[in-house]
Amino acid sequence: MSAVRDELSRRRFLQLAGGGIAVLVTLEAGWLAAQDHGGLYPSDFNAYLLIGADGRVTVYSGKIEMGQGVMTSLAQMAAEELSVDVASIDMVLGDTDRCPTDMGTFGSLTTRMFGPALRAAAADARSVLLALAAERLGVPKERLIANRGVITVSGAESRRVSYGELSKGQHIVRTVGEAAVLKAAKDFEVMGRSLPRIDARDKVTGAAKFTADVRLPGLQYAAILRPPAHGATLRHVDTSAAARLPGVTLVQRDDLVAVLHADPDAAAAALERVGADWTTAEATVDTERVAEHLQAVAQPKESTRRGDLDVARARATRLFESTYRKGYVAHAPIETHAALAQWSGGRMTVWASTQTPFPTRDRIAKTLGLDPKDVRVVTPYVGGGFGGKSADRQAIEAARLAQITGKPVQVAFSRAEEFFYDAFDPAAVVTLASGLDRDGRIAFWDYCVYGAGERGTAHVYDVPALRIRSAGAMSYDPSVPAPRVHPFAVGPWRAPGANMNVYAAESQIDLMAAAAGVDPVEFRLRHVTDPRMRATLQAAAAAFGWRPAPGPSGRGFGVACSTDAGSYVATMAEVAVDAESGQVRVKRIVCAQDMGVVVNPDGARMQIEGGLTMGLGYTLAEELQFRGGEILDRNFDTYHLPRCSWVPRIEAVLVANDAVPPQGGGEPAITTTGAVIANAVHDATSARILRLPMTPERVLAAMAARRARKSPA
Amino acid sequence: MNTSVTFRVNGHSTTVSAEADRSLLSVLRGELGLTGAKYGCGIGACGACTVLVGGRAVRACRATLASVADQDVMTVEGLAAGGQLHPLQQAFIDHGALQCGYCTPGMLLAAHALLHEQPHPSRQAIVAALEPHLCRCGAHQRILDAVEAVARPAGGVP
Repeated sequence: MSAVRDELSRRRFLQLAGGGIAVLVTLEAGWLAAQDHGGLYPSDFNAYLLIGADGRVTVYSGKIEMGQGVMTSLAQMAAEELSVDVASIDMVLGDTDRCPTDMGTFGSLTTRMFGPALRAAAADARSVLLALAAERLGVPKERLIANRGVITVSGAESRRVSYGELSKGQHIVRTVGEAAVLKAAKDFEVMGRSLPRIDARDKVTGAAKFTADVRLPGLQYAAILRPPAHGATLRHVDTSAAARLPGVTLVQRDDLVAVLHADPDAAAAALERVGADWTTAEATVDTERVAEHLQAVAQPKESTRRGDLDVARARATRLFESTYRKGYVAHAPIETHAALAQWSGGRMTVWASTQTPFPTRDRIAKTLGLDPKDVRVVTPYVGGGFGGKSADRQAIEAARLAQITGKPVQVAFSRAEEFFYDAFDPAAVVTLASGLDRDGRIAFWDYCVYGAGERGTAHVYDVPALRIRSAGAMSYDPSVPAPRVHPFAVGPWRAPGANMNVYAAESQIDLMAAAAGVDPVEFRLRHVTDPRMRATLQAAAAAFGWRPAPGPSGRGFGVACSTDAGSYVATMAEVAVDAESGQVRVKRIVCAQDMGVVVNPDGARMQIEGGLTMGLGYTLAEELQFRGGEILDRNFDTYHLPRCSWVPRIEAVLVANDAVPPQGGGEPAITTTGAVIANAVHDATSARILRLPMTPERVLAAMAARRARKSPA
Repeated sequence: MNTSVTFRVNGHSTTVSAEADRSLLSVLRGELGLTGAKYGCGIGACGACTVLVGGRAVRACRATLASVADQDVMTVEGLAAGGQLHPLQQAFIDHGALQCGYCTPGMLLAAHALLHEQPHPSRQAIVAALEPHLCRCGAHQRILDAVEAVARPAGGVP
């Protein structure tokens, strides 16, 4: 199957490319496959790189640019191995007709997984060019130097030939299967530099096109009838009033009721004239009851066990039992899900804001009964994804409407639709029992997470006895009868599950450090042997100016660390808590990260700062209000994202580690935000925050509970 | 009931015939093809649709076509005069003050309006001016730094 598809794709690619030198990469090679933890990468070739007769290099990737900067970092990687300027590279991203198969842009995998393949392709292209140049110039390959797209003879620089001249008239297709020789970090000229984003100019001038900015002649804007709650069923619909409005095209097909109009406002107004009666189920769970619900319906399954938990528990001299919780959090990208579909000549073309162009193409094909080769998904710039644009309802709806009406149709979610159809970061509960032995070392760790999955549970501490259990991981299956684990869709949200798990685990570590009377950084270092984690903690402490003191010190200093997406991260924060209002003000954050080789240092810092800033949302304010399947937050008037005044000075420190290939950068830092702020609040107030977000009311309640425990009965 | 409304967009006079209560955002993005102003919330709560009307920052999703009659409207497409980037645009690039870029036009125009009123605002004044603007990527620190660099080029970063 895969071989057949490879052959088709190769043939089509050659036709499209016209000529030049093309390089494909296969993951069958052992060294690449070894990096494919868990078989996440497709087994067919996964990188195209073309050097045209004009000397320009085109990189084709099924990855997409949603702000994380891969357009720039991938170009840097290709430029490095090819010895060309970044300016001579054109990036084609997320176009299923032109790019190789890709499962999607998520999990901080672009740099880790696609990066090595692309670098191998570029290194191979460079070696082909050197071989061609050797023939052309009549000298052995060893005497040639490739630099900025030109190959010269060492010691005779006037003897030269450009990549473009070498590519002209060629029809060379290479497949890189064996280990390509990649440049060592010490030889980097383009990688490791903070080049400005190549999408920046288009984004400050308004030239950057997002999906809803694409225009086609005769474009119709769709407004679609939506249920009042998840699980609601349509009893009766009356479209007669809407159908009478001028310019309206009405579509009613199975569950899809839509009005189309050449003006989006008119389409929305027409939808308001559609009458509908719905049956909604009685709500059995809501924002306040969800923690209890999760523990009642989800069955824990053990995934990790080490040592003898019972013996270790009996040996512990101090026991700590805590329950941590958080609510549902929205992705809330500022660009809502949008798609534009055109049905023409038996082919469906869909422009979509998606993180998963290929799976979206396949789902569209399946829904419409088309062959996937007759569906093309094109991904313009994506206005924020964070995991949420793996859901592609809007693309399927646009394609259905275009097929039904024969007209080009745009479906762009309103903010209310965006909230309603979000696949939220799940609400979660963690129950945690741990103990200290008489030497103040961690004796055991008994961890159970409900609702969020296991990412982030594998912490870095040396613990003699440990058990990790997970219940109802990320599951939402509408076909399962109620009570379901989650009452509506949940899905990957920037470092899925890890935000909850690191918050719980690092709060518990902090709690034990305080009980042991040991500085929280020192306590961590005593239990960490991994040199990368130690170096990262020490780098954060140095940059922060951490002065050891047992907590709570009253200073409002917090620390938290984690590993995620192959990277190590340690974060320190300083907060002030208003004792009257309970308001937490974050004054400063320092975050150190070892992410292996850094492709673009400033780009990496942007991701760290962005993650921490976004993390302030789930930490301080964001919690979806819902009642059963009804989503009560419908816009930004009630659901509050972090704003300028919330953001402290954030310092991102990159811990040099050129011995490790580039690792994930978009997700690791955010995993520490909840914990570092909760720990800093404890340091300031002696109150332990057991529920996120830590709204002022909850902070006040935690402080009152603390006082009640301290005062004599 | 359509009415003809004449106004200037990015320095050019234009007449649009549409319903008077059409949203300015819909007209800009539709009839005028100026897609730099973005839809984000439709209730004036995110700032992605911000444009300048008479130099002041206005939420295009809440403004009507009729409200800009005879006015000067500027969108992000009008910021770079003759292909020369505005200092704010250059500062956003230099400071890496954008990621996905979706909130960027609104941020730029809000900053433009602030500097028009107050050429050398304090950091707090910049924060206050951009407070109503949402950015989900978390570029806030760099956006503030970029605006501050234009407002007070001599430095003075706290």
